[in-house]
Amino acid sequence: MHKLEDNRAWFLVIPVFVLVAFNAVVPLMTVVNYSVQDIFGPGQRAFVGVEWFREMLRDPTVQSAFLRQILFSLLVLAMQIPLGVGVALLLPRSGWKSSLAIILVAIPLLVPFNVVGTIWQVYARPEIGLFGRLINATGIDYNYTASPLAAWVTLLLMDAWHWAPLVILLAFAGLCSIPEPYYQAARIDGASRAAVFRFIELPKLRGVLTIAVLLRFMDSFMIYTEPFVVTGGGPGSSTTFLSIRLVNMAVGQFDLGPAAAFSLMYFLVILLFSYVFYTIMKLNNAR
Amino acid sequence: MTAIQTFVPAAAELTRPKRTATRARIFSATLLGLFLLFQALPIYWIVRMSLMTPNNVLTRPDFLPVEPTLDNYRTIFTDPSWYMSYVHQISYVALNTVISLAVALPAAYAFSRYRFLGDKHVFFWLFSNRMAPPAVFLLPFFQLYSAVGLFDTPWAVALAHTLFVVPLAVWILEGFMSGIPREIDETALVDGFSLPRFFVTVFMPMIASGIGVTAFFCFMFSWIELLLARTLTSVDARPIVVTMTRTASTSGMDWGLLAAAGVLTILPGIAVIWFVRNYIAKGFALGRV
Amino acid sequence: MAEITISALCHSYDGDLSDRSRLALKGIDHVWLDGGAYALLGPSGGGKSSMLNIISGLVRPTAGRILFDGREVTDLRPEERNIAQVFQFPVLYDTMSVAENLAFPLRNRRLPAPLIARRVAEVAEMLDLGPLLKRRAAGLGAADKQKISLGRGLVREDVAAILFDEPLTVIDPQVKFELRRKLKLVHETLKLTLVYVTHDQNEALTFADEVVVMSHGELLQAGTPEALYERPSHSFVGRFIGSPGMNFLPCALEGGEIRFDGGRLPARGLAVPGRAKLALGLRPQAIRPAAAPTGIEADLIEVEERGSYRIVDLALGANRIKMRLPEDIPLPAGRFPLAFNLSSTLVYADDQLVGDLTHA
Repeated sequence: MHKLEDNRAWFLVIPVFVLVAFNAVVPLMTVVNYSVQDIFGPGQRAFVGVEWFREMLRDPTVQSAFLRQILFSLLVLAMQIPLGVGVALLLPRSGWKSSLAIILVAIPLLVPFNVVGTIWQVYARPEIGLFGRLINATGIDYNYTASPLAAWVTLLLMDAWHWAPLVILLAFAGLCSIPEPYYQAARIDGASRAAVFRFIELPKLRGVLTIAVLLRFMDSFMIYTEPFVVTGGGPGSSTTFLSIRLVNMAVGQFDLGPAAAFSLMYFLVILLFSYVFYTIMKLNNAR
Repeated sequence: MTAIQTFVPAAAELTRPKRTATRARIFSATLLGLFLLFQALPIYWIVRMSLMTPNNVLTRPDFLPVEPTLDNYRTIFTDPSWYMSYVHQISYVALNTVISLAVALPAAYAFSRYRFLGDKHVFFWLFSNRMAPPAVFLLPFFQLYSAVGLFDTPWAVALAHTLFVVPLAVWILEGFMSGIPREIDETALVDGFSLPRFFVTVFMPMIASGIGVTAFFCFMFSWIELLLARTLTSVDARPIVVTMTRTASTSGMDWGLLAAAGVLTILPGIAVIWFVRNYIAKGFALGRV
Repeated sequence: MAEITISALCHSYDGDLSDRSRLALKGIDHVWLDGGAYALLGPSGGGKSSMLNIISGLVRPTAGRILFDGREVTDLRPEERNIAQVFQFPVLYDTMSVAENLAFPLRNRRLPAPLIARRVAEVAEMLDLGPLLKRRAAGLGAADKQKISLGRGLVREDVAAILFDEPLTVIDPQVKFELRRKLKLVHETLKLTLVYVTHDQNEALTFADEVVVMSHGELLQAGTPEALYERPSHSFVGRFIGSPGMNFLPCALEGGEIRFDGGRLPARGLAVPGRAKLALGLRPQAIRPAAAPTGIEADLIEVEERGSYRIVDLALGANRIKMRLPEDIPLPAGRFPLAFNLSSTLVYADDQLVGDLTHA
């Protein structure tokens, strides 16, 4: 759409600007301030430059948490995007069945993080949880408190349980917006179900899937509460993701300087990745 | 392009030989059923836990609740430190939703209708805040909201949550607003509407499903968040998500009570979904199809 | 190419035929001759699109049969019927180039590549799409998009028929004329059976050899544009076609005379079913001011100038009628006598044409 040039539009943006600046700028300055100082106690501090940044980059626990985090987010995307699109294709498009299915699908979205953790903590236990018992009944030795693999499987399933619904709803809305004549033309052209998906549905879903990929990437990259409640970062440190490592450092060890340096790099990494995803998907659109 | 959507849906009128069509339908209904089961069983499990004593929760694997009791719910509804937690949480989530919409609506309008100095940079800067991990801001937020005297009030959490919610709200609303031709605005303004009056009486009803979905997202992200809520409250404004974690650490794990509290956090969510269920098919495309 | 026969076609979108008033199609028989150009005309919701979708196979009729050249196709899928169908809004595969769009139906049939290339080139040539073949279909204008939609149908050999569902709706007025001529040209070149759905009578009358009028799920009349204009067999057709539409005067047949409020006309020998509701149908062109008294007198209400003619609003008894008068015929003022052209004065019984007053 053609937009008018008018700087008075700033007046409409000021409320948002002030609110977000209040929340973002002061805390960010605080973090930047901490990140370049060594704090011994109240009033006692020394400027250390980029020392904390260097230390964090060299810290093996941070490095491994970072790699773990990337693997986790990629697995989340690889599972939830196809699952979300797949389920959206199965949902009835109209009538009471549609409403009912949507409500059932959406419920996990509104369950608080720690409640999700609480549910899966028990649900996945090998002795008393339905899920844990079912898996063990198939002969697979499954115990998420003992085996890193089981812990990862549990966290990935839990995250899919909680967040695949978001992808489903976005994809479902995208599918609902495809006009009927597209399907009719495809039938006249003798297109197979796969061709309809590939040439009609998938192209029309691009916009909503871009949103889904961005949101799922960001949120999975920041994940804290759910793994904290279920595995506490274990067994060992096999599920210690970036946020868990960060909070341990800042609250547990009270290493404010390193934690602040860590925070800034963490933030920049998410920004960078999101930018890359967004650019790739936009390029795809333009091609 | 809106006229397209009024076409009579003819998808059900398959001319494919009936047997394959029926088989395909049974197959997809089965897959969907399995997924819905995957979604429903964990919910069932917490409901089941909430009806049992802590001892039974930890020892009995039975599918049905063992010695079902409503004691856990009774505890919650008779103890103010429990039930007031719900009030606290609902109040900051509602505050957050209202504040977010109130500031995001005019901003989204500006982004969708005007070009102005630094518009793209501001938009990106706004959105970048959605990408800040809450863990990064815990300590600075604690200091900031203590300094301005809002610590342990619903306002602190509501305002802190806007940092993550408002960027998304602006972005979603901008998408919907861009779908509405500017001729509408111009006609209304020529007809003598003031901008605020036009916005409230003409424009907002036109993007009702967008506002509904945005409110849903505000509610959702604020309702499920724990880290900031825990950092910014202590006693007077402590929400249920925090009360649950405190209980867990002091009196040992009372799984039954915890589960009952958890079940009660799911109910408001179901109510919200119920309200927006009819907006979902249209609104969740976020104006970007 | 094919002659399309539909017989006893009934359709209900919920599959229930018991309530006739809710049927989308209420028992239709018609033959679309091979190579004919047909317009399917009627108001929105009259069953035109249902009819089209049943011919192409997108919708399976609840009852009745469809035959192509005498071969039953009722249960065949759309792609087995070899139909080209163009919808109201252009349907394109956005991610494909124009050439890939055109090739799509043939690729789905796994035809050899050289054959596909040849057919695509032929169709592109015919529709003037040649220079666009390499372009991405998504970025083109609406008229080109509609041509591509048509091309996808024509690319198959042995196309049985071309169906258009209001294809000019989204086309700009400037290019509308040109595209319509192109469509007509394609029809003349290929001599394919063509069915063109529209609610615009001008489009229908200029495009088609035969116009089929549908309303409320019923086929009211099929005939040449002239026949429809001059002798509408149903009062709805009279009202729907013509601008302004036909005048209808409630009347009664008494003692060999048609009596209506404001006058009477001889009608000897006219037979109407008893108890039927009668009306006199008069085209606005069939009414003229008379020099001498005729026993029918009307009051002038309003005159609307339309360039070479005038539309005159008249009060005739309790009825209002419209008269279409060329500029060169003088219009008296006040109250004046009227003359009706008797061969165009039609009598309707319960909305069905029963005869005119010529031979009365």
